[in-house]
Amino acid sequence: MALKDSSEAIFSESPGKIALRILRKDKRSIISLSILGVIVFLSFMAPVFSHFIADTNPFESTLNATINVHGVETAVLQPSTTGLGLGVTPIGPTWNIRSYFLGADGQGRDVMARLLYGGRSTLIIGTTAGLLCIFFSLLIGIVAGYRRGWIDAVLSRILDIIWAFPVYLLAISLSVVLLTSGLTIGFIHLGPGSFALPILIIGVVYIPYVARPIRAQVLALREREFVRAAVGSGAKHSTIIFREILPNVMPSVIVFIPIIVSLSMLTESALSFLSIGVQPPAASWGTIINDGLALLYTRPIVGLAPGLMIVFTAAALNLYGDAVRDALDPKTRARGD
Amino acid sequence: MFAFIVRRLSAMVFVLTSISILVFFIFFATPGVDPAARIAGRNADQQTLMQVRHSFELDKPLPFRYISMMRHLFVDRDLTSYVNRGAKVIPQLSQAIPATMSLVIGAAVLWLLAGIFFGIMAASSKKRWIDPTISFLGIVGISLPVYWLGEVVNLITQSKLHTSAFRWVPPLGYVGISDNPWQWFLHLLFPWLTLAVLYAGIYVRVLRNEIMVVMGEDYIKTERAKGASEKRILYKHATRMSLMTIVSLFGLDFGALVGGYALLTEVVFGIQGVGKLTFDSLQNFDLPVIMATVMYSAFFVVFMNAVVDVLYAVLDPRVRRV
Repeated sequence: MALKDSSEAIFSESPGKIALRILRKDKRSIISLSILGVIVFLSFMAPVFSHFIADTNPFESTLNATINVHGVETAVLQPSTTGLGLGVTPIGPTWNIRSYFLGADGQGRDVMARLLYGGRSTLIIGTTAGLLCIFFSLLIGIVAGYRRGWIDAVLSRILDIIWAFPVYLLAISLSVVLLTSGLTIGFIHLGPGSFALPILIIGVVYIPYVARPIRAQVLALREREFVRAAVGSGAKHSTIIFREILPNVMPSVIVFIPIIVSLSMLTESALSFLSIGVQPPAASWGTIINDGLALLYTRPIVGLAPGLMIVFTAAALNLYGDAVRDALDPKTRARGD
Repeated sequence: MFAFIVRRLSAMVFVLTSISILVFFIFFATPGVDPAARIAGRNADQQTLMQVRHSFELDKPLPFRYISMMRHLFVDRDLTSYVNRGAKVIPQLSQAIPATMSLVIGAAVLWLLAGIFFGIMAASSKKRWIDPTISFLGIVGISLPVYWLGEVVNLITQSKLHTSAFRWVPPLGYVGISDNPWQWFLHLLFPWLTLAVLYAGIYVRVLRNEIMVVMGEDYIKTERAKGASEKRILYKHATRMSLMTIVSLFGLDFGALVGGYALLTEVVFGIQGVGKLTFDSLQNFDLPVIMATVMYSAFFVVFMNAVVDVLYAVLDPRVRRV
């Protein structure tokens, strides 16, 4: 027995490997990753879908188009039959994958194709903004917590200010200002139509939520014996940061990633819904919900479908986040959950 | 303790001043942004632009304009809107506050009740399926975009079913509580539920996890060893400790919501509150109104932050030294 014990000790796994092994067996992570995989795959197939399957241009209004539904030539935008009979009602879902599967929007565009393109925008912006936020939070948190002194004081005050500025108000203020004229910093010009603006804006507003706990953790780590030992042994700052500090804050950073990405996507869609995110004719799930607002009582599917996509994506991310958190937390492991 | 409060208050003043400067800079000094062009409209000619610059004092230096705006907002209290010349900003804001307060307080009651009830249930139930089910519902709650949920609610209550099952639901909008308390309640019922879903999701998750953590602490084991009943351990110790987290979370959320965070709910349900006012003025580039609403909301966030900190210092003397 003693022999077996010692051999186990030699081949003991690193904490990261243990977490991965637990995560691989966790039902929640399997389910959420499958959902995310399907959504990401479909969204990135958007160009393929619109060129080869639906044969439609989802960024161009087609007000006079007609399609063939069950052998009957039907206008995509039909004269309204309800209310005063004014205006047009777009065609409802045909459930035919080749043309207007989910019907048309107010401009006669294929909702299914726009839904996929919209997903691509929301996923790209949400993920990039989330990762950007994590990266800068890590940078600020480590610099402030490690250097301490006046650098920490200045950075912490800046975080306090952004923290007290309600997220949506800050994001909306920045969007309203920047979206009309774009942002020019030196020779870099970010046009109003580019994704870079919403990514930057959303990436910035959540920084305090991540940077503050990281800073607190680094501050505590700085006082731990192993870090003091490294300082005492004359190690370089970069060595201490990368070898001693970073590996110890990584678990909490990893737990933040799914949460912040999901928050960023929800924020992106909210800004786009308020028409200050992704700009037309480009689509995001938020802009499609906005398009669907006018059609809510006649063609509810236009607004419902993108909302459901957001719920599925955000829920999958949060579920995955829970699984990651439990896998990385030795306490839950000890309980045997 | 007194020194702690003074320090906290001066930090508050600092943060609020910085926010006002930040807002001012976002709107007046962002590279490539010409506020005069925004105020004058899309196709304004050079002469109109000059006129706008002059009458809005945009040709004066930035610090001068900042101080002038702050003086009108806080000292003379007669700051006027850029868009409706002559309309005073402060009455506009104080008219919007009751609607937002009604929305947020009602929703807060709902989400606190639901969050605490289901949070304790998830953490303590003996039945195996209850915890995963509640956790799943919590995840759905925090994943629902509030504006979309609001639209779905409108679709259900204002559309086809409006003539049958939901005939009693009034049209969208807001009725003051002093005008007609019953109509006030009916108008706000669905906005309350919509707003509460998200926060109930957050609070259920936080409370459940907190109770789970506390239940693993050594002093709980001591209690068990002493022979205390499970019920006593759960309510007297675990829940009580976990509610401290909920209190601080609630302070921050409540401050943010009162300060305009409920914007999306207000927009979807057509409630003329602080958030809606801010959003409308942002679209018109009506800077004085924006400045007033942002200062108001930042004040609430910072104030609730400070209240939470002071409460913590009262409860936990170790914090005072920081």
